[in-house]
Amino acid sequence: MEKKTVLEAKSIHKYFYNPTKAEVLKGLSFSIKAGEFVSVVGKSGCGKSTLLYILSTMDTDYKGELWIDGEPMRKSSPTYLSRIRNEKIGFVFQFHYLLNEFTALENVMIPGLKLGKYSKQELEHKAMEKLRIFDMADHATKKANQLSGGQKQRVAIARALINDPLIIMGDEPSGNLDKKNSDIVFGIFQELAKEFHQTLLIVTHDPDFAAGTDRTITMEDGKILDE
Amino acid sequence: MKFQLIFDIAKALLIARWKQTLVAAVGVTFSITMFVALLGFMNGLNNLLDGLILNRSPHVRFFNEIKPNPDQPIEGFYGEGMNIIRSIKPSGGLLKIHNGGAILENLKNDPRVLGVAPKISLQVFYNVGNIDITGVINGIDVQAERSLFAFEDYVTEGNAEDLENISNSIILGKGAADRMLANIGDVIQATTASGDRFRLRVVGYYQSGLQDLDNVQSYASISTAQKMLGEPSNYMTDIQVKLNDFDQSPAFAREMGPIFGTQAEDIQMANAQFETGSDIRNMISYAVGITLLIVSGFGIYNILNMMIYEKMDTIAILKAIGFSGLDVKGIFMTIAIGIGIFGGGIGLFLGYLLSMGIDQVPFETEALPTVKTFPVSYDPKYYIIGGVFSLLTTFLAGYLPARKASSIDPVEIIRGK
Repeated sequence: MEKKTVLEAKSIHKYFYNPTKAEVLKGLSFSIKAGEFVSVVGKSGCGKSTLLYILSTMDTDYKGELWIDGEPMRKSSPTYLSRIRNEKIGFVFQFHYLLNEFTALENVMIPGLKLGKYSKQELEHKAMEKLRIFDMADHATKKANQLSGGQKQRVAIARALINDPLIIMGDEPSGNLDKKNSDIVFGIFQELAKEFHQTLLIVTHDPDFAAGTDRTITMEDGKILDE
Repeated sequence: MKFQLIFDIAKALLIARWKQTLVAAVGVTFSITMFVALLGFMNGLNNLLDGLILNRSPHVRFFNEIKPNPDQPIEGFYGEGMNIIRSIKPSGGLLKIHNGGAILENLKNDPRVLGVAPKISLQVFYNVGNIDITGVINGIDVQAERSLFAFEDYVTEGNAEDLENISNSIILGKGAADRMLANIGDVIQATTASGDRFRLRVVGYYQSGLQDLDNVQSYASISTAQKMLGEPSNYMTDIQVKLNDFDQSPAFAREMGPIFGTQAEDIQMANAQFETGSDIRNMISYAVGITLLIVSGFGIYNILNMMIYEKMDTIAILKAIGFSGLDVKGIFMTIAIGIGIFGGGIGLFLGYLLSMGIDQVPFETEALPTVKTFPVSYDPKYYIIGGVFSLLTTFLAGYLPARKASSIDPVEIIRGK
């Protein structure tokens, strides 16, 4: 059986206008199928983060076509896009980007509360389970700013998973961590891909990390060099 | 949009950074406190000055004026032509209001009328040794005068009721009493215009705050005045009317004057310059009030604006995990209005306390015998304006940056880091 296409991009162009008009992405096209663990590598400044922000619908200022789960994203309203982000995309930043005002557990729960598919009790249960997967259950009631960098990143991944998204996107999720924590994070992604058949799209500049994925897209100067 | 979730997030953001919240709320509180207290103080003073005239003046006064008869005999002979006569003298100096008792009854039954007080005004000389000092004695109905014109407020020493309880008694103007060296309990002599001498017992001093008035005016009961003039008990020269609605006085005067066959003067005609002064004072207080609101409005706007820009990260995260622009706007509006309600509420309370504080500050002046402390108005109007205003400015101050934040792509914020 042919696997479903989760994400498809067709000739994505992106320009920066400040200070002068510069083309950062020069017509990228590729697609990702369900269950794939894809990594994007390339030198710093080749546009891989920019690409990821566009794919995650957080940046709407681009040319080209983007489909997520078969739906076109190009002309959708910001409100609809935020719903897509909430429901179908889990995003992990290079920096954790947790809400410091809330506990680890609450941070994980908030996207779920926003989606409103489950009751608060169910969500709490679900969020605890996710934290348990990452050995973070003991720290559930701590405020986000009381956690270490590696712990924060694990909470951020748990948050990305709470709504069982179609695809998880990571922008150098281990880039800001030491070797040990970076291995833990990589291990988590491996596990998600293998055991839960989670679709993953991870931007990284770590060749070891890329080597462990199903498929590596190499970018250079705004173009895809090889797959 | 899920209000509960938005409310919970807003609340958590407010409480987690409670120091910052407090600073923002204190800004609102301070503005509203100052607005309420200052306007209350200004209007207290305004009301005091207005009251100086309004409390003591009848809204409509009926009286007879000595003036030439409009119907001269010559018109009977030659008809209504262009008759020129020189040196006409007033005829029949009758100051008495004809049928005064009936007019009083009639006025008392009029639903527009709050109260009626008859008065007799008589010219006298006070005999001090071999010197005569001119003066005016007002024969008044003490009960009516007290209830309508707060007469006892201006009786600085002695008791207003003694006028009725003690026969042939007088309350002297403070200026006149000082000149005569008359103490309370002393007996003074007065000569009426017709030459009759009377001995009157001083039972109090009257001090209005207007020096010219206090040098001349004195008060006796209406029956004492009638006795001095040798007139019967239905004699009166003035009828003072207070209406329920101050603004109706010109119309009331125009309507009733011809019916009673007397002159009728309304307060707005009698005190045109007072009206102007009052209007100008009102204009000043509005100008100050608006200035205060604008200045505090900008203060509130600045504080909230900074607070929201500081939370740009939070906005980016919320948007990245699936909150829409509308949700973000909702969260920050809730925060802004929460600060508005909290800060504004405390501001109103502190403003009230500050007003009470000002109310305790001693303020004694010769001119205003009844005033011991600074007057403050507690008109709920200013509290309502202050409350609505704090909500409105915090709403706007939250809305403008929140709208901007909600409409940009989250990546703009993230990339700007």
